[in-house]
Formats: sequence, structure tokens, C-alpha cells
Amino acid sequence: MSDAVKTQTYTLNLGPQHPSTHGVLHVVVEMDGEYCVASKTKIGYLHRGIEKLAESRTYPQVIPYTDRLDYLSGISNNLAYVLAVEKLMGVEVPERAQYIRMITAELMRIASHMVGIGIYIMDLGAVTGAFYPFQLRERVLEMLSQLCGARMTFNYIRIGGVAADLNEDFFKHYEAFLKECPAFIKQYHTLVDDNEIFHARTKGIGKITAEKALNYGLTGPNLRASGVDYDLRRDRPYLQYGKYQINVATTEHGDCYDRYMVRMKEVEESFRLIQQFIQDIPEGPIMAKVPKVIKPPVGDAYHEAENPKGILGCYVASDGSTNPYRVHFRRPSFSNIAIYDEIFIGHKMADLVAILASFDIVLGEIDA
Amino acid sequence: MATNYKESLLKHYADKVTFSEEKAEEFWVEKENFLEIMSYLKRMGMDLLSDITSVDAKEYFEVVYQLFDHASGEHFTIKVKLDHEKPEIESLANLWCSANWLEREVYDLMGITFLNHPNLERILLWEGFDGYPLRKDFVNDHHNRMGAKPQ
Repeated sequence: MSDAVKTQTYTLNLGPQHPSTHGVLHVVVEMDGEYCVASKTKIGYLHRGIEKLAESRTYPQVIPYTDRLDYLSGISNNLAYVLAVEKLMGVEVPERAQYIRMITAELMRIASHMVGIGIYIMDLGAVTGAFYPFQLRERVLEMLSQLCGARMTFNYIRIGGVAADLNEDFFKHYEAFLKECPAFIKQYHTLVDDNEIFHARTKGIGKITAEKALNYGLTGPNLRASGVDYDLRRDRPYLQYGKYQINVATTEHGDCYDRYMVRMKEVEESFRLIQQFIQDIPEGPIMAKVPKVIKPPVGDAYHEAENPKGILGCYVASDGSTNPYRVHFRRPSFSNIAIYDEIFIGHKMADLVAILASFDIVLGEIDA
Repeated sequence: MATNYKESLLKHYADKVTFSEEKAEEFWVEKENFLEIMSYLKRMGMDLLSDITSVDAKEYFEVVYQLFDHASGEHFTIKVKLDHEKPEIESLANLWCSANWLEREVYDLMGITFLNHPNLERILLWEGFDGYPLRKDFVNDHHNRMGAKPQ
């Protein structure tokens, strides 16, 4: 009898249109009963060719395109591109503009992590836990929309500075944010941290060792969750980050639970930094003197910035004309998910969803 | 202990690396010595291959690697020139897993072949797409989005 009974593996499509794939990610998994034995991640459903489009635009015209990469943290993307162009041109940015950039980038980090955590919890079956963080995100987006009138596609950072100065309305919302943020963080820790279901779904799931994480080029919270203490804001500081002590959050296990924990700690750190920056911000101009028509000298520049999802690198090559000769983005989510095919193996279907969500991916960025 | 990469590179491979005059962290390598030097850097402790990209300079292709040592913050930009007719270079996928997808992206959009790559297929575009869109001779034809032909 036992010789005659055989099991067979079967192929299952996770995505491309499915809410728990965070967009249009397609994973073809080979299942043996409950367990995954092989997987193949397929991307490209949202490819718009931003890098090619950039070649037929002028330098400032590329900035709005970067908003559409990781559309949950537009300002951080603007920043990485603008910093690369400024490096190429050798522009000295006024200190006040640098502070505003840091403030908005840290606000962006909070907003992005709030979605990341919220959607993650929702994928694990919680509904209340999903919409609480959106309240705090709303506060942040209100502040930012006072600055540039948009909630997601900001186009706020300019070559040489920022588009507008901090205004009264910004500070009005900032006061409310100051009150709400610590209370929210405390409340959310109580709600989620010790939840038994959350533990069962995330502890020991999707473990990544520090060595493997680095080898696969993971960056940002996903890397730090594996215990690698690497944060560009501290290790290769840009803007005025070098002046401040930044406590980099790390955890040691590298599982799904730790990836949640690192993000929560980063929100606390960003909140602390924002308060310091607002306290220290100097008076002065918000734009450097840059030519009306931007024509960087022939050459190339690469600049990396610590974005909410990881390290966003921007490579810009110039041939001396008004259009960039080549623009390339090193997108953190793209590099982060290359590891999926390896860590999915041996996990159950429900765990795949947990792992997928714990990485906090954005498909706009993966497919560029 | 921090390693002085530049010194040891110049000591061992003085005739094989050409450091850029303007940028201290940038150097050129010949295609033939590329894998040897990258393996050496990996052994020395460069553990994060952050980015691979390419530029179509019309007469030749440039492949640009961004390599980091996360502990010391040391960084190198490594550039290799490739022939425009038949652009080929050794794959780094056996040294850094991150190279796997990054190389596939370069192959997909620029048409550079990575030798000994475990799975060199298109990643963002579909199999059967005609041409390599990031090449300068690729026509960005909005009326024929389903695969413009290079001229």
C-alpha cells in the first residue's frame, strides 16, 4: 500500500493581483502539501522606465518622477536624486535648507513606517492594528501638505534647497503631532508587542543571518533587524546628520518580529531627532544661488541616502547638456526582495505572507 | 581593525588598477583582471555590493560597481569599459548574492551579458522584448509601446 501512495508538489501563484502582495508582485511557489519547496519571484508589472524617461527631461524635471518610486516616502527619494545632482555640480546648500531637508526626511520615515507596520499587521489578520498607525501618518501628511500642497507626490526638494520655508500652519500641525506621537507609540506597543497571535505568527519566521543579509545587499530596517549595525546617517553622514548622535536600532534574531521591532524603534528615534532639528534650525535662506538653467559639468556622481525602506542610491552621469545622460536608482526594495526565493523555502503559505509583509516593500520602487 | 584598501590594492595590483585623479574612491579595471580584483576585495572584507549600473557611452559601455565595507564605511566605485559590439563581463553572483538581480537588471535594460551567471534572464521586461531600452540607439517610440525596434 505505502509504495502505491505518492504525494505530488503543486504550483501556486501568489499574486500578481492580490492584496497581500503590496502591489503587483508575483511569486510562483511550488508547494509540497503545506510547505513551500521552491519559489520564483517575478517583478516588472509596474515598470514605467523612469530611468529612460529621465534622459529626455531636464534635471529639475526628473524630481517629480522620483516621487513615484517609493510613493510612501516621496521626499526621501527627491532628496537622494537632488543630492547626487548637487554633488555633480558642487553646490553648497544653505544650512537652513539642510535642516528642513532633514526634518522632512525624518517625518517621511515616520509616515512610511506607519504604513509599513499597519499593512504588515493587517496581513497577519488584525484590522484595528492596521488603522491606528494611519492616524499618525495622517498628522505627518497634514504637516507636509502645508509645506508643498501635496500628500504623496511632493516634489518639494529642489536643486540647491527646498521649495518653501516652514510656515505657521506647519507648526500648528506640528504641535498636535508632538502631543500625539509619544502617546501613539506607547499605545501601539501595548496593543501589538505582547499579542499572542502576533508572536505565534512572527517569532522565528523568516530568519536571516547577519552574513546572509549583507551578502544579499539588504539595507535599512531589514538589515538592522539581523543585527548589522549600519545606518548611513551615522556611518557616512550627509546633510547635517554628522552633528547629531543617532542611536541606531538593531535586533539580533532577524525574524519577522524583529523587523517590526526595529521599525518601531526607528520611529521613536526619528521623533526625537525631529524635535532636536526644529530646536536647532538656524535662520537664513532656503535656496542656494543656482543657475536658472542647470547644466552640470561633464562627469558622474553617486550618492546614497538612508531612506525608510533602506539605502536609495542615485547615479547621475552628465554630458554637459541640460538633460542627464544617464540616471540610475539603486532601489532598496528591489535589492531587499532578492532574498525571498531563498527564505521562503520550508515555510507554510501563511508564513510566506508574513515574511513578504515584514519587508515593507513598495512595488513602485522595485519596478521603477 | 580597519584595513587600508587603497594601499593594499596598489601594493598588489599596481599595474592593474587605475585610480581616478578627481575622485579618491574611484578606479578603473581592465575586463581581464576584473574578477581577480573583485575576489581580492571580497577576501579583504568588502561585504556589501550595493549597486551595479551601466552607461552607454556610444563607443563603449561602462559598468559601474558600488562596493562597501559596512564596518569601516570604506567605499569604492569600480568602473569597467566594455566593447560596444559584444559587451561581456564576468558575473559576481558567486561572490555577492546581491549581484544576481542587479546584473539581471543591467542585462535586461542595457544588454550586457554576464558570463557564468546562474540565471541570466530578463527581470523587468518580458522574455521576447525586442531591444535594450537604456541603449542610446533605442528609440523611445510612444506610438509603439509594445516593443520599439532599435534602428
